[in-house]
Amino acid sequence: MAVDETKTRYTIPVGPIHPALKEPVRLDLSIDGEEIVDVDVVVGQVHRGIEWLGMNRNNPIQNIYLAERVCGICNICHPFAYVMAVEQAAGITPPERAEYIRVIIAEMERIHSHLLWAGVAAHEIGFDSVFYLVWRVREEIMDLIEYVTGNRVTKAMFQIGGVRRDITEEQFPKIRQSLDYYKSLFGQLKTLFLDDKTIRMRTRSVGVLKTEDALKLLAVGPTGRASGVPKDVRQDQPYGGYADLDIKAITPDMLTGTVVGDVYDRIIVRLLEVKQAVEIIEQCLEKMPPGPILAQPKIAVLLKTLTQAEGEGIGRAEAPRGEVVHYVRLEAGRETLSTWKIRAPTYVNLMSIPTILKGGQIADVPIAFASIDPCMSCTNRAIVVDSKTKNTSLLSYRELHELSVEKTKGLEAEFDS
Amino acid sequence: MELLSPEEIVDSFKTALGDSFIDAKIYQREVAVKKNKFRSLWVEVKKSAFRDAVEHICHLQKYPHLAIISSSDLGTEVELIYHFTIYYGYHLEELSLGLRVKLPKSDLKIPTITDIIPGAIFTERETQEMMGVEVVGIPDNRRLFLPEDFPQGVYPWRADETGPKDMLRVLPGRQKKYGSG
Repeated sequence: MAVDETKTRYTIPVGPIHPALKEPVRLDLSIDGEEIVDVDVVVGQVHRGIEWLGMNRNNPIQNIYLAERVCGICNICHPFAYVMAVEQAAGITPPERAEYIRVIIAEMERIHSHLLWAGVAAHEIGFDSVFYLVWRVREEIMDLIEYVTGNRVTKAMFQIGGVRRDITEEQFPKIRQSLDYYKSLFGQLKTLFLDDKTIRMRTRSVGVLKTEDALKLLAVGPTGRASGVPKDVRQDQPYGGYADLDIKAITPDMLTGTVVGDVYDRIIVRLLEVKQAVEIIEQCLEKMPPGPILAQPKIAVLLKTLTQAEGEGIGRAEAPRGEVVHYVRLEAGRETLSTWKIRAPTYVNLMSIPTILKGGQIADVPIAFASIDPCMSCTNRAIVVDSKTKNTSLLSYRELHELSVEKTKGLEAEFDS
Repeated sequence: MELLSPEEIVDSFKTALGDSFIDAKIYQREVAVKKNKFRSLWVEVKKSAFRDAVEHICHLQKYPHLAIISSSDLGTEVELIYHFTIYYGYHLEELSLGLRVKLPKSDLKIPTITDIIPGAIFTERETQEMMGVEVVGIPDNRRLFLPEDFPQGVYPWRADETGPKDMLRVLPGRQKKYGSG
């Protein structure tokens, strides 16, 4: 750990491990008093060599399930991007109905992921009643996912050249019922998150990422869009059923007229995207064409085709956190993939973290870091090093969280007086 | 901004790079009911003109998005593909552009592009540690994912003798050695 020799600077490593972590990461914060002057992001604590397994152990069909386990929350977009890459490499075209089912499942995932994020964000600033409320309304979409796919988390819906399960007419009423529930709830969620004075004070002008920085640092997904970059794979590139729909990338100026690029804007983008996801599912249910759901239902035949195929492909899908990219290369006669490269959205969004945190306060770290929705609870443990005495003290997740809660309470007291 | 078709982009590469342009292919596929076309473009250039090619992509759109660098061990050479996307922000107009460059294993060096695209730093660091390609002029030379105690000179993505073969445990009853391609 680098310790700065200047008088007032401290280095605080935050992370990497906590039992609740979804993805460990370490942030080395250099602080001057309360202000953060420099940030270094250290990753790699949970590198599992998934790409290596795909290139040396698994065949392309087994890799779908491996891709699904890249991330527990976005376990639709990874296999989505992966099967598109393999389909391009092997020249397989999935049937139209499958393209629509893929979209419906992907949008259900977006609703649950954004609601999960909204709950955690509320928790980070000490607003636990909202956290409980949002996670309770999230259960509706989790039940719907279970109803449609048979499981709440890993859904195993994808197959190269289609999907493994159909969504039938009999299931439509229940799906519509859940969508109506979220539509009726949207106004309340909007009031709760956007009109609340405490949330506004804790998030406005906090963790700002300017448009030009977002472009240079390659920010994707809601992080990029909240900074005014209209980049959304669903809008930009024809893939899946999205190619038939008229989707527009959501930027905060649609609601407020301006782009600030702060945490508040990221809340706006995610909230509007929940609404957009509901509308996309409705359109898909309406327009879903009849027909088969698999280009090749016999797995042994499909595997043989893939073993004999030679080529390369790129698959890109819009995950709740941003663009997921899979590059696949197939070599004739080889059982495994010859190259597999995965790019998850947090990979690029982490590069914006130093810019987002610089100039902020330690108490803002939990919410500012959480605002890019990294697989996130990484801010759970921090060591404070006094650069003069080399004393090390442990700043636990609880203490860091309490700092954040204290700031909220202080602001509220200030506002009330 | 004027949006060029894939064919026009290939022509613009030929004009900008001259002899250093090697090959290009355009992939198209019709998607879903309305049959809108998904398009991806793959351009191969000589190593000497690599930075010119990246600068040329910046002329097509001021801030091209660099998704990732993928690398493949082809035996005597290593192939890097810089996966760009351009024309984002326009409905169904986006293009995936793979910029391909091949490096002989005797000279595994590629100049950095972090001065043109600052966000390239993570993927350049990853390419260095995983494939053993030296990125010349990289502003941050540390490892990205591999731990500090990972042995020097071992590159997990390589299929030759510098691969991680010796580090793998072959399970009892399992003959096949991983990493041999």
